[in-house]
Amino acid sequence: MSEHTDNGVHVSSVRLLVVVWIALLIGTWLTVTATYFDLGSLNIWIGLAIATVKALLVALYFMHLRWDRPFNAFIFLCAFLFLGIFIGIALMDTSQYQDTLIPGFATGVGSAAEGG
Amino acid sequence: MASHAGAHHDPHLAHHFESPAQQHQAARLGMWVFLVTEILLFGGLFCAYAVYRANHPEIFIFGHHFLDKGLGALNTVILICSSFTIAWAVRAAQLRQIGVLKLMLGLTLICAFGFLSVKYVEYSHKWHAGLLWARSYAPQAHHGDDAHGPAPGSLQMKLPEGEGGAGAAAAPAQPAPAPVADPDRSSIPPAATGPAGLASEDAGRAETAIVAEPANAQTFFSIYFLMTGLHGIHVLGGIGAMLWLLACAHRGDFDTGHFIKVDLVALYWHVVDLIWIYLFLLLYLIH
Repeated sequence: MSEHTDNGVHVSSVRLLVVVWIALLIGTWLTVTATYFDLGSLNIWIGLAIATVKALLVALYFMHLRWDRPFNAFIFLCAFLFLGIFIGIALMDTSQYQDTLIPGFATGVGSAAEGG
Repeated sequence: MASHAGAHHDPHLAHHFESPAQQHQAARLGMWVFLVTEILLFGGLFCAYAVYRANHPEIFIFGHHFLDKGLGALNTVILICSSFTIAWAVRAAQLRQIGVLKLMLGLTLICAFGFLSVKYVEYSHKWHAGLLWARSYAPQAHHGDDAHGPAPGSLQMKLPEGEGGAGAAAAPAQPAPAPVADPDRSSIPPAATGPAGLASEDAGRAETAIVAEPANAQTFFSIYFLMTGLHGIHVLGGIGAMLWLLACAHRGDFDTGHFIKVDLVALYWHVVDLIWIYLFLLLYLIH
């Protein structure tokens, strides 16, 4: 666990890699299994939570973020911060138009396909 | 080149860096910034997905019946295994175990090709079933000509089961609610606009299949092909990078313990895996 290269870079032990790998496989199994239970709108959030735990495992251990300089982690987190702002505000905007939607009809898609 | 380098100068150390450690950190920093741009590149597609799904969940509930959960899960497992092997490859490069490094790179490549093979099976199935993007979407067009194949049958067989009925109830095929006061909204011709409408001139049999189909179901397949296609291109790029690493390993580049190339390619490959974890959840496992 405490092996290091000449550069002082952390070397992961095979045991740690195997543990993370198995945890990721279990996470995948959990994600698939969870879809067989109907929990209404909770399903997507449970799925996203499991996926995010998997993503954290990959980033922290496989990508060495845990032993990396904190600044790299900060940069990576910024990506998700801006992604959240981007998608969050886009969803807030589109929800303003909910009552103008025709059920079952994606406004704009049909006319775009038609008019090219 | 390495033979006549100065006695106390690392041949891999560029002159503008203080130390190999600083050079390594600079390279990793650059890679992290690149990975951020990658995530934001996919972010645009995730945003399109979120907006369309928020507005028209019935299209996604309908569309996901045509994706094979089993194949999607298989590909997720393949990518997780490849992430594991390339993480081990980094360890091998750090410890100058060139044999292990080559083995792990080879295993990662096999996983990458396996992933693309499964993707090929999925894509060709959709191609034959006419489940394509935007104007190419014509699921009924193939019902007549290759009735022996499993592909055309699946469209009709899958519809009655599971939430297919719920999706149909939520979204009537003829979305003609009482025309609203707004003049230009009522002028939109409902089901006849999309290619699905054009295809319904086929036969009465085709129309039984279209009953459960919400208008503009092609939106799901446009988003599906864009997201998985862009991801597939990244897998191809990763294959190229890993072949290059194998060539480098063969040439003896990593004998000196200068493993930065392996480290950076591995970071890239992990992000490809990360994105797939979310794609699998959001496209295949819609509830």
